[in-house]
Amino acid sequence: MKIFSELKKNLKNDFSLLRTVKIAVLGDTATPLLAQALRGTGFDTGFDLQIWEAGFNQIERQVFDPKSELYAFAPEVVIICHSSHSLLARYNKQDPSEYNSLAQDRLALIGDLHIALNAGLSARVIYYNYTEINDAVFGNYASKTPSSFLFQLRKLNYELMLYAIHQTNFYICDISSIQNQLGKATFFQSSLYINTEMVFSIDILPWVAAQTTDLIGSMYGRLKKCLILDLDNTLWGGIIGDDGIENIQLGNLGIGKVFTEFQHWIKKLKNRGIILAICSKNTESIAREPFEKHADMVLTLDDIAIFKANWDNKADNIRQIQTELNIGFDTMVFLDDNPFERALVRNDIPALTVPELPEDPANYLDYLYTLNLFESTTLTDEDANRTRQYQIAVKRNEEQQRYADEDTFLQSLNMTSAVEPFNAFNTPRIAQLSQRSNQFNLRTVRYTETDIKVISDSTDFFSFSFTLTDKFGDNGLTCAIILKKEAEDTLFIDNWFMSCRILKRGMEHFTLNIITAFAKANGFSYLKGQYLPTSKNEMVKHHYRDLGFEAHGDHWILDTGTYTPKKNYVNSK
Amino acid sequence: MDKSEILKTVNDIFIDVLDDDTIVLTYETTANDVEEWDSLNHIQLVVAIEKQFRIRFTSQEIQSWNNVGELVNSISNRVH
Repeated sequence: MKIFSELKKNLKNDFSLLRTVKIAVLGDTATPLLAQALRGTGFDTGFDLQIWEAGFNQIERQVFDPKSELYAFAPEVVIICHSSHSLLARYNKQDPSEYNSLAQDRLALIGDLHIALNAGLSARVIYYNYTEINDAVFGNYASKTPSSFLFQLRKLNYELMLYAIHQTNFYICDISSIQNQLGKATFFQSSLYINTEMVFSIDILPWVAAQTTDLIGSMYGRLKKCLILDLDNTLWGGIIGDDGIENIQLGNLGIGKVFTEFQHWIKKLKNRGIILAICSKNTESIAREPFEKHADMVLTLDDIAIFKANWDNKADNIRQIQTELNIGFDTMVFLDDNPFERALVRNDIPALTVPELPEDPANYLDYLYTLNLFESTTLTDEDANRTRQYQIAVKRNEEQQRYADEDTFLQSLNMTSAVEPFNAFNTPRIAQLSQRSNQFNLRTVRYTETDIKVISDSTDFFSFSFTLTDKFGDNGLTCAIILKKEAEDTLFIDNWFMSCRILKRGMEHFTLNIITAFAKANGFSYLKGQYLPTSKNEMVKHHYRDLGFEAHGDHWILDTGTYTPKKNYVNSK
Repeated sequence: MDKSEILKTVNDIFIDVLDDDTIVLTYETTANDVEEWDSLNHIQLVVAIEKQFRIRFTSQEIQSWNNVGELVNSISNRVH
């Protein structure tokens, strides 16, 4: 992690090519150095964070006044930092009869702030939770005394989580975890607090800024989707080729506990939707043996989407994994105990995240916890099945090799698609797909669940979601199109995005047939599309041209009257 | 470490934190004499000096210095 002065040096760099995000920072303590750390960290993560800072202790004034500078600035993200120290100061001044309601009162205030922000802005809110202060008035008895400050603070952190569950644009930034990891003595420097009202020490600012920009990054589609794992001395202790299956360290053998715990962590990641791949220098049959036969293996072959064990260069293997999964290198993490392999891979594929694992495997987990690699802003039922879907995709590709021509292959798949407007059931998945799709994404508009509710309630918008099932299995909801009534005769394609899992299956044609038929049936003569280039969506640069749209300036127009439905092998369910 | 050595080290810290290699401190220098030395940077200077000398100033000391000489005295009292 960079130190604060290094982040500050970033401020002089050229931000002009970076993604701009307007951020408002509101705190009840001094925030100027936090703002500098955020902007500096943003540079390293590819963001030009344009920060507007409220004056000292102006949270309520800015939020509750609809004419305030906050609303004039129109931020995309609002960061609110209520400090534990200010909360304690408030508690201290209260009458003891009011101690019991401290958490409840603060929660009500947070709810009111959030309602006011939602009324005046369409911004996401990042709320810093409360770092623990034990005022030691009740000793250990505080934990069973509701009127103690510690009891109220912990209750508040818990109730905040309950509140956040049901709020689609409200995210908690868990700075309390940072204090747990690094200790209060590192997190907080009392002389700074007394002299400047700063509750973050200079040394902790980069950590708080990183935690915050991780969250912002995930809101804008910077997500890790895949974990690539080495085997020997990474997933188990020892070398399977030399030591043999009965001597590798797992379970109770040697330091096997380390690797068992490590595998449990990886299994949890897989269960929450991270795709697992193996990349190991080994003979494949030997490398697979522990997965098939070792009683203490937590991970099984079913957990692994792609298994590469051979004697080729690891960077080449990772490139193959990338091609097969069809996701960006910057969404992949590679874990390997060998510094030489790490350096080689990092050098060859700079976009890949390659953590410098500590030398002692016993430290792997705690180190990886601090990196906070796997941020997310949504979770859906699809996540749990993702590995299965990628395994199916690999099988399907193998099958395709057997067919002489593409049409016969596509016909053989028996594809069906359920077409539905956005509704309460598919909203979380559509929001997630909108965050995760980078390559097949025409305008890269990212929709939150709130945005999607607005779209499905509006009479000016028409929404389409598409699932795709074939003989190998269900791909789930993998494509969405949002049409906006732009004129009496024209529907504008506000966005069209699709998971790369289902490329080259004729879905482009199937979905175009659906929306053109809809436009025609509802009296719209034209569909109007636009391609907004990003560093990742080159793939769909000629999307509209290839589908028969005509260029008009920077837009593409399709005449629905003369449109002939395109051939495809997908059936409507 | 004598006071002139402390002054030289403090001078280097000022140059680094304020990113200005033309700064020349004397015992008489005050915040008014150094353009970039505002209250925000003061905190970063204090923390950088604490780190360099492996000391912690008290909250009162941080507010008490009228010039660099007094800052150097505070450091000198703590390092041996």
